[in-house]
Amino acid sequence: MTARTFRYFIPLLAVAAAALCSMALIALSGRDPFMIFEKLFRATFASGYGTGQVLFKTTTLIFTGLAVALPFKARLFNIGGEGQLQLAALAAAITGALLPSSVPPIAAVPLAALAAMAAGAIWGASAGLLKVRFGVNEVISTIMLNFIAQAAAGYLLTRRFAEPSTEHTTEIGRASMLPKIDELSGLFTGSPANITLLLALGAALCAALFLFRSRGGYELRAVGLQPEAAAWAGIRSGHHVTAVMTVAGAVAGLGALNLVSGYKHYYEAGLTGGFGFSGIAVALLAGAHPLWIVPAALFFGLLEYGGLAVGAYVPKDIFMIIQALTILIVIVLNARKL
Amino acid sequence: MQNAIRLTAISKNFGTVKACSNVSLSIRSGAIYAVVGENGAGKSTLARLIYGMHQPDGGSMEINGSPVTFASPGDAIAAGVGMVHQHFMLVPTLTVTENVMLGLEKQSLFSTLDPKNSAENIRQLSLKYGMAVDPLAPVSTLSVGQEQRVEILKVLYRNARILILDEPTAVLTPLETDQLFAVLRSLAKEGKTILIITHKLDEVLALADTVTVMSRGSVTGTLPCQETSKEELARMMVGRSVLLRVENPPPSPKKTMLTVENLGYRTATGIEKLEGVSFSVREGEIFGIAGVEGNGQSELLSLLWGLHDRNGRVSGKIIFEGSDITGKNPAQIAGLGVSHIPENRLKHAVISGFSVADNMIFGRHREKRFHQGFGFDRQAVTRYALELGKTYDIRCTDLENTPLGALSGGNQQKVVVARELDRPGMKLLILAQPTRGVDIGAIEQIHRSIIGARDRGAAILLVSSELDELIALSTRIGALYQGSIRRIFTREEVSEGRKRGRPFEEELGLSIT
Ligand SMILES: Nc1ncnc2c1ncn2[C@@H]1O[C@H](COP(=O)(O)OP(=O)(O)OP(=O)(O)O)[C@@H](O)[C@H]1O
Ligand SMILES: [Mg+2]
Repeated sequence: MTARTFRYFIPLLAVAAAALCSMALIALSGRDPFMIFEKLFRATFASGYGTGQVLFKTTTLIFTGLAVALPFKARLFNIGGEGQLQLAALAAAITGALLPSSVPPIAAVPLAALAAMAAGAIWGASAGLLKVRFGVNEVISTIMLNFIAQAAAGYLLTRRFAEPSTEHTTEIGRASMLPKIDELSGLFTGSPANITLLLALGAALCAALFLFRSRGGYELRAVGLQPEAAAWAGIRSGHHVTAVMTVAGAVAGLGALNLVSGYKHYYEAGLTGGFGFSGIAVALLAGAHPLWIVPAALFFGLLEYGGLAVGAYVPKDIFMIIQALTILIVIVLNARKL
Repeated sequence: MQNAIRLTAISKNFGTVKACSNVSLSIRSGAIYAVVGENGAGKSTLARLIYGMHQPDGGSMEINGSPVTFASPGDAIAAGVGMVHQHFMLVPTLTVTENVMLGLEKQSLFSTLDPKNSAENIRQLSLKYGMAVDPLAPVSTLSVGQEQRVEILKVLYRNARILILDEPTAVLTPLETDQLFAVLRSLAKEGKTILIITHKLDEVLALADTVTVMSRGSVTGTLPCQETSKEELARMMVGRSVLLRVENPPPSPKKTMLTVENLGYRTATGIEKLEGVSFSVREGEIFGIAGVEGNGQSELLSLLWGLHDRNGRVSGKIIFEGSDITGKNPAQIAGLGVSHIPENRLKHAVISGFSVADNMIFGRHREKRFHQGFGFDRQAVTRYALELGKTYDIRCTDLENTPLGALSGGNQQKVVVARELDRPGMKLLILAQPTRGVDIGAIEQIHRSIIGARDRGAAILLVSSELDELIALSTRIGALYQGSIRRIFTREEVSEGRKRGRPFEEELGLSIT
């Protein structure tokens, strides 16, 4: 097997190896691994509801995964998905709540989406500009921006936008809500899966087309692979760095639509619950390829919801360990010399 | 006498490419043995097989009479085989001594290094073979020629008895080349065995005892150097007779395209790199710039392409078609109809991870013809790549899927030359070392294309360290020395000199040293 074909199997190998490790861990915790796996399956893909729950998680993970994968192609590591998502969720919730009820859905939903994208984009662009203007490493700036986003969102929520005597914002208007897949087709009964899923699949496809078919994607990849050669070819890497960080922020922001317009209909503390960070794992498992992001997000969606569902039998932490192990194995296999 | 290296029916395939097939040769101890051949003939692959970087698919190998198989370069080094790569592998921030010592530190974790003693040993070694270099200097301060000495010292320090050098002279000045050859001769006299790969047939005849010609992975012949000639070797390599100097019909220069006026450049740290440089290039002429490394040509080239360090100070003007282009960026300059082949193709002209086809439009990817609707028109790109590949004889079976990095060195250069010469509406062509590392068949063809572009009316600026290349192609030649143009040889002087041959080359050489 050549090095190139081997690369395609790395994610599968990693998932398989992590599954084996988890079986050992489950056995150590005194449970029968096969029983747990069966319960996991029953709680998820065996029912429409379970499948819907997994898909709901998958949807946000696709967006936050793309938000890491796109900058990755320009050799930028966007750790800021969480902060971008958080501010976007707040922005979408506030916009949805403020819009007068006379605004029809055809305008209200795009407006909420725009607000979410704008909030994420500003946060992403900040990291991009800090890098281009002042040479600040984007890993450090996005981590710091996460803290700022967390604090700002908390402050704005408690001091300004929370409903009196609650810890969430006013519910958004009906016009800004997105229909559940259940309501449209009767599939995934009762689950929060909503049509943002289709938007996520569209986004992954667009990202792939952009990267591998368009001029912008070609230039972006060149900047990532050989920045000096890109400069000689007249490609301005600074523009690309700013642009891709802005787009990444906007894409992470779209993930908020799934949470706010599609499900909760308001913003509350903890709504984004680590989706931004899991997006890093999704992107790494997918080798930063926009189309592989979809199955990778599905895998992590399965672990996140499945972990909750079998929480009565084994500690949920085991599934967090599996997530982390998968990524470590991917990295080790990728680094291995052939 | 004993054989230092003996290969029997060695083969190596990369996928469907037979990089080496059935190669047999034996090299006497103490001999200087040359391998020549077209780009992609398998020379580097052969060298890497002997050095343990690749493992053969078939055949056997003997070193100093005993059969060996190398799993890695470590094994080869242990058996006394050392290799100097074309692209140096030194750590720029470490000193010469530290680089030479790298990997040889005492194995126990907390034992201290003994740099003083090692530095002294390295000084001794360098003096013994006439390769003066300061053991305590950081590698980043060395010239290319000195870096190469460090690479050789590294090999000698590990007690190598067999030295493999892959295209060692490609980046050297003529003087440095002479010095290198003196070193190699003295090493051979001591009983060390030298295997050298090169494209320069003059060097083979001047240096080696025996030469093997390779073509498409196989050995076409092995000859003693006394009994052969440049023409014969060229014919064996390419399979036809090669014009060693391209025909250069009289040019007909027209209006001035590029004028460089009193150009000066001082780095941010205050070093004067260029001073009062003035020359002009006209449509339909080739203006050659002769100069050895470090005399300002790199700075001149980056200024012309708008990529100089903006912290430095620029004075004077660069006027292209009547307007000043100092301060413009590469995309704007290219947009005016300027093509550029940079000195360092691996670093500046290609993306090794992109496919060959994608590299054939690199820097020209904004052209409308490659686009359709929202993205690239893949068919148009592939069609164009095939067309260029055919015209320039680029050896590659699958342009769409082969990464450029898998091509042989010379074929990579051909991709760059093809792309830049074929730029539509090209008015000015800036060429730096356009034939570095390409075989003589390809040199003939690249030279023809350059003359062709000139005759179609392009203005051409040619920077080269190969004096015979400059003489063969140029209409006029400027001699760049320590940042200034010391002398411009007129059209008459150059065409006269072309007939005079060797004496003119020497005269030109003197004006740049
Ligand atoms: N790592 C690799 N993977 C795939 N193909 C390779 C690899 N290395 C070399 N090749 C192919 O093997 C053939 C021989 O390459 P090699 O580098 O040995 O040529 P060469 O004689 O050194 O040429 P040049 O004079 O241009 O340096 C070429 O067709 C090249 O594309
Ligand atoms: Mg080679």
